[in-house]
Amino acid sequence: MSVRTLPLLFLNLGGEMLYILDQRLRAQNIPGDKARKVLNDIISTMFNRKFMEELFKPQELYSKKALRTVYERLAHASIMKLNQASMDKLYDLMTMAFKYQVLLCPRPKDVLLVTFNHLDTIKGFIRDSPTILQQVDETLRQLTEIYGGLSAGEFQLIRQTLLIFFQDLHIRVSMFLKDKVQNNNGRFVLPVSGPVPWGTEVPGLIRMFNNKGEEVKRIEFKHGGNYVPAPKEGSFELYGDRVLKLGTNIVNQPVETHVSGSSKNLASWTQESIAPNPLAKEELNFLARLMGGMEIKKPSGPEPGFRLNLFTTDEEEEQAALTRPEELSYEVINIQATQDQQRSEELARIMGEFEITEQPRLSTSKGDDLLAMMDEL
Amino acid sequence: MFRWERSIPLRGSAAALCNNLSVLQLPARNLTYFGVVHGPSAQLLSAAPEGVPLAQRQLHAKEGAGVSPPLITQVHWCVLPFRVLLVLTSHRGIQMYESNGYTMVYWHALDSGDASPGTWSGRVLVFDIPAKGPNIVLSEELAGHQMPITDIATEPAQGQDCVADMVTADDSGLLCVWRSGPEFTLLTRIPGFGVPCPSVQLWQGIIAAGYGNGQVHLYEATTGNLHVQINAHARAICALDLASEVGKLLSAGEDTFVHIWKLSRNPESGYIEVEHCHGECVADTQLCGARFCDSSGNSFAVTGYDLAEIRRFSSV
Repeated sequence: MSVRTLPLLFLNLGGEMLYILDQRLRAQNIPGDKARKVLNDIISTMFNRKFMEELFKPQELYSKKALRTVYERLAHASIMKLNQASMDKLYDLMTMAFKYQVLLCPRPKDVLLVTFNHLDTIKGFIRDSPTILQQVDETLRQLTEIYGGLSAGEFQLIRQTLLIFFQDLHIRVSMFLKDKVQNNNGRFVLPVSGPVPWGTEVPGLIRMFNNKGEEVKRIEFKHGGNYVPAPKEGSFELYGDRVLKLGTNIVNQPVETHVSGSSKNLASWTQESIAPNPLAKEELNFLARLMGGMEIKKPSGPEPGFRLNLFTTDEEEEQAALTRPEELSYEVINIQATQDQQRSEELARIMGEFEITEQPRLSTSKGDDLLAMMDEL
Repeated sequence: MFRWERSIPLRGSAAALCNNLSVLQLPARNLTYFGVVHGPSAQLLSAAPEGVPLAQRQLHAKEGAGVSPPLITQVHWCVLPFRVLLVLTSHRGIQMYESNGYTMVYWHALDSGDASPGTWSGRVLVFDIPAKGPNIVLSEELAGHQMPITDIATEPAQGQDCVADMVTADDSGLLCVWRSGPEFTLLTRIPGFGVPCPSVQLWQGIIAAGYGNGQVHLYEATTGNLHVQINAHARAICALDLASEVGKLLSAGEDTFVHIWKLSRNPESGYIEVEHCHGECVADTQLCGARFCDSSGNSFAVTGYDLAEIRRFSSV
């Protein structure tokens, strides 16, 4: 499988995470300066040079569990905190959104355009911070350098590697169901109409040639779809019209997910390894490397943290935590379980640095939460 | 016209690979074997006519060197004149089994360089297979490709015993035509045009090649000349198969469509011709494998990404 997949996977999932967090911060009426700080801190951590260096090294993809740990760290890079249920929901939404984008990409190479769409929008979130803008631009440059010259075959392999990562994920997302891009069984709708990919002809024509290469006969056949030619190619430059809409920010409403009964008895088949520990150890090494490169700023001054809820009420969040199906549990990798004492200590140190102390809450309703938060300001 | 027959359930969904379905017809035993790659495992199952599933088993790639579990890239029954072998390929190597998948007869480890195992460098490995037993030997390595090999097709050479013609395809779309003998000889090279060629078939000197831009090309194997260009699919083609008795070609694409074509030669000029017979849409399914289930092309089966069943169709 392709060893160049991780940067694309990480940046696109990260982009979706920011879209969802941005929507939730506004829906929960978090004050503008706090919301901006959260997004700035997360984006700045994501595009940190050392972190990007680790990310862009050729390497295999690790499991969904391992990757979720990185995003959980990232989501807590600022004054915002998420409970497990909200983090689970966030990760569900992120993964289903990018799975949808990969599946619907007309050409394998278009996944690069999707990545550019995410980065273009991220630049919009931080347009008042020139330092972070520079970091993002640097990443854009690296992307064009590394991926600009890859062949169609290498992109096809990257696409297959991504699809294998997302295999058997069928969480239903209310926004997708409403827009009819996802069916009730969790599968995405694959339209058989619209523009063909750039470089593909509209199906329906057979041309026959003689020995000299001259066309001698032309037949049309009814092929079943309703396709039209591609209008134009999206731009792969640092700035430009990407043409493709996949990867742009469409999160403008509260989004629900339905996880019950979505993966049934296929769960046992998505185990990454039949041998118990070796993979876990390799994943821990990966996490240590990657998160070691995350330079998370310690909060300066008495800035109080706040909790973001991906659900509409606290009760809903608690309920979701209780009813999450076993097979969809993203148990965080148990770092105590490893034999490698030094490695696990190092990892514990990195993870421990970022603990945000829980503020005691006296009430459980959202309105009271906000009041309590404002009292602390 | 074809109708949708009873599907065969899989214990794990099919992976998004090309050529991800292998079928072995055993008419004498009234059985059909199916092979599908799930990821780290391949599923083999046998079914009676009418698609009634009988037995299922799973095979895994040998771990070999390296830490992460190897993903299987292809499972395929190779029908040789005197023997049928089941071949499993992964990045670690090539495993060969007796046709029912119970006994491994051979394991060839590929170089575990960082990112380019064995045939990903474009080498074609030729093995000498004895009529019985595990005494399989790597006899030749053919150099003709620089990019990873995607598919291989063979057929007995016209009018010659024990000689076969072979076509190999790669990620750049290059096709190489070989003739076997004491050693393999390269007969022709057909250059690519910027898209991979994931699937290739060979029938009576006609090469059928399916490309990443959705086109099917038919070439004359002896000259390498392009005689037919079909704008067949709106997305990449993932599999081609041939019903050799009747010259029917099956193409499946990531656009959810399957098409059946009839290959022939113009009686006067001898040029390759083709006719479209049938198209079928497998709704909302990115296909990844397709095979005829009988040699007259009256039935076929497909697999799709994320689909935990083999969909079967037969003509009415």
